[in-house]
Amino acid sequence: MGSHRLGGATLFALSARQVTKRFPGVLANDRVDFDLLPGEVHTLLGENGAGKSTLASVLCGLYKPDEGAVLRNGTQVRLTSPRHGLQNGIAMVHQHFRLVDRFTIAENVVLGHRNLPFRLRANDLEDQVAQVAERFGLPLDPRVTVGELSAGQRQRVEIVKALYQGAEILLLDEPTALLAPPEVEKLFETVRAMTQAGKSVVFVSHKLGEVVDISDRVTVMRDGRVTGSVARGEADTRKLAELMVGRDIDLSPRRSRVAAQETLLQLDKVGLTKDGIERIANISLSVRAGEIVGIAGVSGNGQRELAEIVAGLQAPTSGEILINGARVNGIGTRKVREAGLAYVPEDRLGTGLAPSLSIVDNLVLTRDRGFLVDRKSALVEAEAFIKQLEIKTPHAHTATRKLSGGNSQKVLLAREIFAAGDNSRVLVVCSPTRGLDVGAVEAVHKLLDEARSSGKAVLLISEDLDEVLTLADKVLVLYRGSVVHEVAGHEVDVEAVGLAMAGLS
Amino acid sequence: MNSNVWILTFADAISIATTLILATIGAILTERSGVINLGVEGILLMGAVTAFLVGDGTHNLWLALFMSVLVGVAMATVHAILTITLRANQIVAGLALVIFGTGLSQYIGKPVEGKSRPVTIEPMHLGKLSDIPVVGPILFGHDIFTYLTWAGALVCSLYLNRTRPGLVLRATGDAPATVDAQGVSVAMVRFVHTILGGALMGLAGGWFMLARGTAWSQAATTNGIGWIALSLVVFAAWRPLRAIAGAVLFGFTLQVPYTLQGQQINILPPEIVQMLPFVATLFVLVALSTPRARKLLGAPKMLGQPFVRDER
Repeated sequence: MGSHRLGGATLFALSARQVTKRFPGVLANDRVDFDLLPGEVHTLLGENGAGKSTLASVLCGLYKPDEGAVLRNGTQVRLTSPRHGLQNGIAMVHQHFRLVDRFTIAENVVLGHRNLPFRLRANDLEDQVAQVAERFGLPLDPRVTVGELSAGQRQRVEIVKALYQGAEILLLDEPTALLAPPEVEKLFETVRAMTQAGKSVVFVSHKLGEVVDISDRVTVMRDGRVTGSVARGEADTRKLAELMVGRDIDLSPRRSRVAAQETLLQLDKVGLTKDGIERIANISLSVRAGEIVGIAGVSGNGQRELAEIVAGLQAPTSGEILINGARVNGIGTRKVREAGLAYVPEDRLGTGLAPSLSIVDNLVLTRDRGFLVDRKSALVEAEAFIKQLEIKTPHAHTATRKLSGGNSQKVLLAREIFAAGDNSRVLVVCSPTRGLDVGAVEAVHKLLDEARSSGKAVLLISEDLDEVLTLADKVLVLYRGSVVHEVAGHEVDVEAVGLAMAGLS
Repeated sequence: MNSNVWILTFADAISIATTLILATIGAILTERSGVINLGVEGILLMGAVTAFLVGDGTHNLWLALFMSVLVGVAMATVHAILTITLRANQIVAGLALVIFGTGLSQYIGKPVEGKSRPVTIEPMHLGKLSDIPVVGPILFGHDIFTYLTWAGALVCSLYLNRTRPGLVLRATGDAPATVDAQGVSVAMVRFVHTILGGALMGLAGGWFMLARGTAWSQAATTNGIGWIALSLVVFAAWRPLRAIAGAVLFGFTLQVPYTLQGQQINILPPEIVQMLPFVATLFVLVALSTPRARKLLGAPKMLGQPFVRDER
């Protein structure tokens, strides 16, 4: 349909004018302007805390702006609730899906639709839902229970739900976070089908790479302000990254510069069966000193179990784990650590660090084996790496929960890499940059690269494919608890890895 | 042994089941919205004593039952305000209702303690149906409320599965945030169904007093039936129609000890046999406490969880 024109001026489907939104202690949106054309795909790009989700929430009616206005087709609207937003044709698909697992797709889609008859006829509803789904190229069987669906399919249900309720503008919050690459491609097809039907789509994302592919325009936010708006063709990742962080960022691949040496960590036909379900099936892999082995895969395909097995938190039901050639399965977490393992869990506050203890005390936790606590030398060490890694904290005795995600992750990595000493040469790292901003991602990647260079064997388990591809010397893809694909880091075929992640290889 | 005795036992089991079904459906409606109301026993006792006192004063059966419904509504409203508006712990609030109901019913029932019931809900005679041997006395010798209760369970089942508000109710227990995002008030859905549930529990108490109880006695009237209803909810997997089957089964186990006693059969001491339904209740409640069992049984996912819209 293209852009509608009225008296020579472009009529925007949706606009924000000087929107300001404050939360206690935070200025989340500072006089933000935003325009969306009919039929346009527009990405809101920014780091965590840049204010993009807040803006999306204002646009869909979840938040009321403190100042400024929201305009729909050039007319000011005062949205009071998401329901009201929907009445104006604006719908938001949240990152955490708002679906009822036990309901069928049809029931989920029609839930909350006010114009339904009192008595529901399942067949009629299923037909209606199937029609809407088909029109936008979203293959769904409305009779299937949502609990059985993959993340990608659930997302389709959310989109169909919005379309069924008459949405003309769809705001998608981090829509690719949970998807395997082929599912991302399918999502993009759907988005194209929607824009061809004259609907507009707003992508809210912090991922640089993918937004360039799909967007007609990218608006970048930083610290609650818009730092730039770039049209298709003018947008390259480097420029966008600069707009996001405000400085030049190096996210180019980091590969091993030293020849890999002896094998430090070896898994031999490791399996885990729990509650009669095979969680890990026959995994064999080895990590040598001076290399990073990356495990890619969509969340929930056994990553957590694999990490816990290696870290000694769970005993495998079959197979062997060797650290430095010594068998370690089933000997307990403490002995595994003594054998030379350092572990950075996915859950950095809680499993990784004790949130209410200070940075120093968290160091002491893993350092000292004696009865009395030696805070003095720990303090020296803590201050050394606070300085070296530029950790932003009032002082070394600050509780770790008061640090930002990036800073607490740096503390955890520092503890596991440096403070553990030369004895710990195997490092298992899980999703180390989840939820971190681009600057912190760069720092974490640099740290892992340094650990590799210093001769550690690093097993990197991450759901962020870009991260694995950036760092790993060897890439393994985990699908339903098995390694389904294995390739050297410099020979990676992204498409093949993507297909393997979706279980299609 | 006399086969008539067993026919009577079955008939009694079905009769007792009426109270159990009413209370269980009340609890199902409440729990489907995500609110657990452990105060059933207290509401039953208050419903019973209210029916007795109002019946004693007015000799009006319908007014007596209506007042027990109102008392149920009042108590459920207290629970709703405590748990939904003020977000108090649902278990604690429910237990408080039981203690409150037990104490107050004892106090206000003191003047009539031991007095025989003033009005009676009479069984109906369904003509030829009631004269059919065996089946007649078991199925067709009950009062109108027994049959209405069966119909009520059916209506409730249709409501849950075939109507728009029923759909919203089920969603509220499972995923309140989803319902909230659709612009439906979670608190409203929970209030309405907690109160509706309380009304049914009040009626269950009133009916039990005037149809099955012979005299008011705080200690012996409901005798723990409220607790059994709570385990029946689980047994019925939160489905109203299954509650009928479960209620008859539990009704039977409640009735058997009396039959055995009457027949002078002493396989087990009667106290032990009387205990059995409560042992079953205990097991059900223990089972319900593990997340895995809850999932397996199909408990509403957010049962017992207050809903707070997450803003930053």
